[in-house]
Amino acid sequence: MAYSDKVIDHYENPRNVGTFKTETDVTSDEVGMGLVGAPACGDVMRLEIRVKDGLIADARFKTFGCGSAIASSSLATEMIKGMTLDQAAEIKNTQIVQELNLPPVKIHCSVLAEDAIKAAIEDYKKKQAKA
Amino acid sequence: MSNASKIEVTAAPELKLPIFMDNHSTSAVDLRVVQAMLPYFTQHFGNAASRNHSFGWQAEAAVEHARGQVAKLMGGDAKEIVWTSGATESNNLAIKGAASFLKRQGNHVITVETEHKSVIDACKRLQREGFDVTFITPQKDGIVTPEMITAAMTDKTILVSIMVANNEIGVIQPIEAIGAAIKAKNPKCLFHTDAVQAFGKIPFDVEKAKVDLASVTAHKLYGPKGVGALWVRRKPRVRIDPIIDGGGHERGMRSGTLAVPMIVAFGKACEIAGEEMETEAIRLRGLRDRLHRGITAKLSETYVNGSMEHRLPGNLNISFAFVEGESLLMALKDVAVSSGSACTSASLEPSYVLRALGVGDELAHTSIRFGLGRFNTEAEVDFVIDLVTKSVERLRTLSPLWEMHQDGIDLNSIQWTPH
Repeated sequence: MAYSDKVIDHYENPRNVGTFKTETDVTSDEVGMGLVGAPACGDVMRLEIRVKDGLIADARFKTFGCGSAIASSSLATEMIKGMTLDQAAEIKNTQIVQELNLPPVKIHCSVLAEDAIKAAIEDYKKKQAKA
Repeated sequence: MSNASKIEVTAAPELKLPIFMDNHSTSAVDLRVVQAMLPYFTQHFGNAASRNHSFGWQAEAAVEHARGQVAKLMGGDAKEIVWTSGATESNNLAIKGAASFLKRQGNHVITVETEHKSVIDACKRLQREGFDVTFITPQKDGIVTPEMITAAMTDKTILVSIMVANNEIGVIQPIEAIGAAIKAKNPKCLFHTDAVQAFGKIPFDVEKAKVDLASVTAHKLYGPKGVGALWVRRKPRVRIDPIIDGGGHERGMRSGTLAVPMIVAFGKACEIAGEEMETEAIRLRGLRDRLHRGITAKLSETYVNGSMEHRLPGNLNISFAFVEGESLLMALKDVAVSSGSACTSASLEPSYVLRALGVGDELAHTSIRFGLGRFNTEAEVDFVIDLVTKSVERLRTLSPLWEMHQDGIDLNSIQWTPH
């Protein structure tokens, strides 16, 4: 399969890789984490958001999956930065498909990225509700 | 933030990229084979079935010579070779042809879950037509024992089909013991073997294995694509129904004008394999073991799929835990290999061969098949070791599963969301 230049770019130079857990200036109540997918299905995404003053100030990800899955999650971290939680929750997988020129067989990668964003927001909101 | 950017691995100047290390899928045609076939396109281009002029006679003589070359490599007789378009046709002809001819004797066929798709799907076709088919699950190492076969045999069993060596994991079946066991239990039950991957790579003898039908193809042993053969035993005579009707070529078993240049090439490829197989196998085993050692010396959590002991010399099928196979293939774009990952197939299912071995889907998704062949060099292997280890390390820094594993988290304890 031929990959689009954008998929290759994100695959070769993934943005915002890592976890806030190991970053000392981040406190855990600022962070929401979404873990979606399953190893048996061949893709797992973990997306973290750091929220400050109601905005997603920063994001981190790690992905086990094909090149398109890595690219989808890398792109997702870039898209959500600076957004409010409501704006980020509105992101649709089709935007990712379009941006990365994903072929039909790879659409599930973009769906997973959308799910990861929603799961991270959900996790953050739960933490806030408890606090 | 972690840096997980692309790694640079420089190739020695004498190394030509990309490197082909996928010799189970096909192989480059040996130049000696090309030389042998060329005159049969423009000079000796006759139809081997033309009995009334010299063009036809020359073509026929060349075809008969090649028949002997192919038969010799498997210890058979030239008269027992039926030319086909390739192994898929040979497997279909053997299985459907035998079942059709023997349907009055019984309706039970036995094969193994790890067989090539052309065997599995031909057997599934028989199932739809009313035959009973037993698909045996192999041991965890990929091997089927003679006892597993005989235990499945009934007085209705007319055909057993078991490959010599597997195309994904390279595992070699105890084919001689299996043949002996089948014939001891029921001499009338036919034994077919798909010998495609083993032919010309390791010793294979139709008499020692007591097979009745054997499928082979040219393009896996440095011959051209588009020509294969089915060996059909003459003593005692094995009869099968044709699936292609026409001019009655190939003793009525396979009609159609013979592809003379391809057949000449197939013969030459077998002749070369017969002469060089022994030394080539030693060399390939050396390269394969070098590749395996080189990878495992630098990477932990790698798992070889299938028996390492009973394996084709050029095969290494290995899972790199926590790194998805297709993403690794992307990193190895200068090296042609293949993966058991679902993402590399249209079906989104991981390799059915690895599944049959009981390899978990999560590990099946991380498997890579290396297939070393005649034209691979030590320098290529060393480059691949370097590229693979650095790419796996990079992709592991990107993998949440690797991080969890490092943190001592049991991945089975997590509630995943399959999609």
